[in-house]
Amino acid sequence: MENILKVEKVSKYYGSRSSLTKALDNISFEVEKGEFVSVMGASGSGKTTLLNLISTIDRVTSGKILVGGLDITRLKGNSLNKFRREELGFVFQDFNLLDTLTTYENIALSLSIQNKKFDEIDLKIKKVANDLGIKNILNKYPYEISGGEKQRVASARAIITEPKLILADEPTGALDSKAARMLLERFEYLNQELEATILMVTHDAFTASYSSRVIFIKDGKIFKELNRGDNTRKEFFDKIIDVVTLLGGDLNDAL
Amino acid sequence: MMLCKLSLKNIKKSIKDYAIYLFTLILGISIFYVFNALESQTIMLNISSSTKEIIKLLVSILSGVSIFVSFILGFLIIYASRFLMKRRNKEFGIYLTLGMSKRKISLILFLETLVIGILSLGVGLILGIVLSQFMSLIVANMFDADLTNFTFVFSGSATIKTIIYFSIMYLIVMIFNTLSVSKCKLIDLLNDAKKNEVIKLKNPFICIIVFILACIILTKAYLMVTSDISALQEFKDILIPIALGSIATFLIFWSLSGLILRVVRSNKKFYYKGLNSFTLREFSSKINTMVFSTTIICLMLFVTICLLSSCLTVKNSMNKNIRKLAPVDAMFTTTMNMDRDYTYYKNYGYNDNQIKNSKYKVIDMFNLFNFDITSYFKEYIEVNTYATKDLTMNHTLGSKLNEIRSKYPFLAYDTRESIMKISDYNKVARFYGNREYSLNNDEYIIVADFKSMIEVRNVALKNREVINLFGYTLKPKYDYCVDGFLEMSSQHINTGIIVVSDNIIDEDYLILNHLLGNYKTSIQDEIIKLENSINDLDKSLKAKDYLLPSGSTKLSIKEATVGLSSMVTFIGLYLGIIFLISSAAILGLKELSEASDNREKFQVLRRIGTDEKLINKSLFNETFIFFMTPLVLALIHSVFGIIFALKVLEVFGTEELLPSIIMTSIFIVIIYGGYFLITYQSRKNIIKEKY
Repeated sequence: MENILKVEKVSKYYGSRSSLTKALDNISFEVEKGEFVSVMGASGSGKTTLLNLISTIDRVTSGKILVGGLDITRLKGNSLNKFRREELGFVFQDFNLLDTLTTYENIALSLSIQNKKFDEIDLKIKKVANDLGIKNILNKYPYEISGGEKQRVASARAIITEPKLILADEPTGALDSKAARMLLERFEYLNQELEATILMVTHDAFTASYSSRVIFIKDGKIFKELNRGDNTRKEFFDKIIDVVTLLGGDLNDAL
Repeated sequence: MMLCKLSLKNIKKSIKDYAIYLFTLILGISIFYVFNALESQTIMLNISSSTKEIIKLLVSILSGVSIFVSFILGFLIIYASRFLMKRRNKEFGIYLTLGMSKRKISLILFLETLVIGILSLGVGLILGIVLSQFMSLIVANMFDADLTNFTFVFSGSATIKTIIYFSIMYLIVMIFNTLSVSKCKLIDLLNDAKKNEVIKLKNPFICIIVFILACIILTKAYLMVTSDISALQEFKDILIPIALGSIATFLIFWSLSGLILRVVRSNKKFYYKGLNSFTLREFSSKINTMVFSTTIICLMLFVTICLLSSCLTVKNSMNKNIRKLAPVDAMFTTTMNMDRDYTYYKNYGYNDNQIKNSKYKVIDMFNLFNFDITSYFKEYIEVNTYATKDLTMNHTLGSKLNEIRSKYPFLAYDTRESIMKISDYNKVARFYGNREYSLNNDEYIIVADFKSMIEVRNVALKNREVINLFGYTLKPKYDYCVDGFLEMSSQHINTGIIVVSDNIIDEDYLILNHLLGNYKTSIQDEIIKLENSINDLDKSLKAKDYLLPSGSTKLSIKEATVGLSSMVTFIGLYLGIIFLISSAAILGLKELSEASDNREKFQVLRRIGTDEKLINKSLFNETFIFFMTPLVLALIHSVFGIIFALKVLEVFGTEELLPSIIMTSIFIVIIYGGYFLITYQSRKNIIKEKY
């Protein structure tokens, strides 16, 4: 299998020499093409820091992050933007849709900044809207649609550029359980049918149970990895809960 | 003291939001000071007493204008501070949840206003004092005063006035702030930041209809002020096109966002290119939320442009006209043969002796006062004007009289025409450097330079109306008025002189004798002394029985002109700059007050990988369009406004339009452009990515 993401001995320290906080401590893992990986951990475990490093929003203290063989920790300025634009897709907890634009225009934006022709943009949006079930809300404004729909629009914006890697930061955090389930089913669909590679950060066991692999992080280090294998989603969920219990009270809110 | 620290920290923290506010306050204060310190600035200047009188008048007018200005600035400050207040609703909400009382929040605001007030007054006054030194130079230059004893001037009275006026404004701001704090509800404060912006989308179809309607109304208003100016006789007549124009402006801005979106979105290739869709949406949502303010800004800009350009035109034209229209140093005129029209002059207030003694020419009359006028002249000429009750405008207009009378009912048709011999006129023309003419015995020409009167007279001349004078019948040599004048003046006011061949003149009808000359001396102080001594002759006993020749001299015309033109200029500049600052400040504040919200939007753009260059371009374009929209409409308004103003101001001369338009553009580019750049830079800083 092709290696999409390779995190090599990455550390991230905050603070000064006298009071050092190790948000990530010499962490290494790989994500292969077509995988759906969840990163779980309590607040302060370093999972958001990890996502920020991979998404090039923050910079590593030491180590390497390779995306498709390219060391993204060395990227600067416009090549960084080019990388984000062409190789990454983002889904945020609070959707981050632009409220003055219609959903169609929001989705179109990630292609138009790549200087794609309108005909191509239009074609792709129609396809992705079909895939994500948002065809009938394309002409609505973000304030007119529900949270679940917003997140699906945000997902459409993330995948329309056919990125190597989709990064999702607590995508179900602001959704009710029904909307969350619908979104995760869409993620599963994207992953299985369209072979999208997804890296999702969450503290919610239910959300994580939709992925094919879960990486648990504690105090900046990998605590445990779980593979779904041939388990059903329910069995996988129970396994995850076991680890969460093992991890201690911090993640109890996940239940 | 906790509160004190909090307010100071708040100011420091939000200095980016405040920068343009502070900048505007400082500018406003310094300009207020500069124009109110004018009197002190001129004290040191070495100028004649009549100029001093003019400056006194100017100062009192300017202080009247200052009250108006203080109202505008007051509204601006209140508007701006409420704007900034709104930005901080969440902050106040947090204070309230933490248990701070509303009284204490008011106190924080009070302290903040106090600090900003003191800061802006201090800096503004210092800037004003520096700028007013330049003002002295401008004033000295305008009034031709020598600046050998230039001193640094500080005006205590202007300083106190500035402090009082602005203190009152700040006090009102404080009251407003306290009121709005006491009225607010915690839930609204906290929810304010989270509030999802509801886009009030207007129906594009309605937008198009409204826009077309607005264009029709506007065209109507434009036509009213430009086509037939004589229909606008009274002040209330001009209010109609102004009201129509304002309504149309409002409607245009109301419909603009919908219209533009509709038009641009239909060009999908353009709309979905780079950040175009984002830029346009941002712009249209902004315009949508401030239709009313944009209208006010547009109208203020319109007034500014018209005010500046027409004021400068009048000033430049007047100053230029003087050189042409007052070409020699002095002209003295005495009225003769007054006894022919005894009752007329009696009614004017002349006494019997004066009327009886009106048989001396200028030189002889001065000699009677033991004053040898000719000894002061390097060169001089004497000419005469004649008039008879048998030649009035009723006669010269001939068969065209009724036609003209119905069009211009208020002309003085019964006034006697001035008549000159061709030899006399040519003598004057040679002396002035104007064109000379020749005539046959049976011909006449009309010399005039007052535009509206030329139009009237040309109607008759084109019809080749003949006139009867002293028993001769004369026909016009040209079918138009020729350019020229006799009386020196600052404006083109020669309504017409009938020039005829020498040998048909009956000397009995001599009415005015003129003496024109250039002084031997060219030193201004000596000329002032000489002219003062001539004026003093009027105080002698003899002046009771003999009418002293009246003089119009280059110096007196110049002083009057400079006085008027400088008054016009100063008032124009004062109001123009204040209007310009106010409108640019409102736009800038609006942009910046939303910049922090926008930071998140730009963060989203960055995360989906938008190039920094594209983001800056979008920011620049949006700010630029936002600033240009009211300006463009104001410019269109101004084209018609200036056409109208020039017609009204025709008498003062409107030849120098281009340079004043250039000057006005420079003002707008510097002030408005300056605000635009500051706004753009501040926004760029606010949205800058923080690593």
